[in-house]
Amino acid sequence: MGNAITISCNLRNLKVVRDFVTVFLATYQLSDVLLNQVLVAVDEIVANLIIHANSEDDSQFLKLKLGVEDQMFSIEIEDASNQAYTPSNFRDPDLREYIRQGKKGGVGMALVNRFMDHVEFETGSNHNVCRLYKRLN
Amino acid sequence: MKVTQQASDNILTLILDGELDASSSVLLDTELAKPEILNYQKVLIDCQRLNYISSAGLGVFISHLQRFQDAGVKLVFFNMQDKVHNVFEILGLDALMTIVPSVTEATAI
Repeated sequence: MGNAITISCNLRNLKVVRDFVTVFLATYQLSDVLLNQVLVAVDEIVANLIIHANSEDDSQFLKLKLGVEDQMFSIEIEDASNQAYTPSNFRDPDLREYIRQGKKGGVGMALVNRFMDHVEFETGSNHNVCRLYKRLN
Repeated sequence: MKVTQQASDNILTLILDGELDASSSVLLDTELAKPEILNYQKVLIDCQRLNYISSAGLGVFISHLQRFQDAGVKLVFFNMQDKVHNVFEILGLDALMTIVPSVTEATAI
């Protein structure tokens, strides 16, 4: 199978991406928990780029490129948006406070940072790139 | 994502079937937001067939928990798969929400 996929910025494609990553990683025989950690992290970034950088605009696209080298999984997720997405102001969520406030969002990047070994963001004038890395052994 | 309801006495059980992500979590949010849900003493969430949860899915539960607690309604998760439990656990949500192994424990709470 190929190791790249392009999707339109529609949240229905989150499932398409998770299935694509699952098939790509099938040969590595990961535990359910480890595979799921990768899926959650990828899903969060793809969802954030679709929602926050591309306003769920179906005419916009994300390109995803996957690889494994020396048991290190990597994925590059790139859009072509003018809207910068850099969650640099990320802070660990105060869950008790979120519950008190009835807050719906705000835990996604915590999941990404805790599940992945390394996370990179790059923003240019007309694109955002996120790279995620996870050791598979 | 499919949500099936079973009501008996003062307990409402929501059986989740599928994957809870940013696209599908709206359906569950709508169910939990219904005012009549607060008439039950307990709302049990059967997670046996919940194969995936993202932050959007977690956010639905986080956003309704205080409302449930204020109304005296217990929210209890049971039959959770390890991979889904891991997502609650990594954030420490397992300490803030009630998650038990089986329907027996869920009913006994």
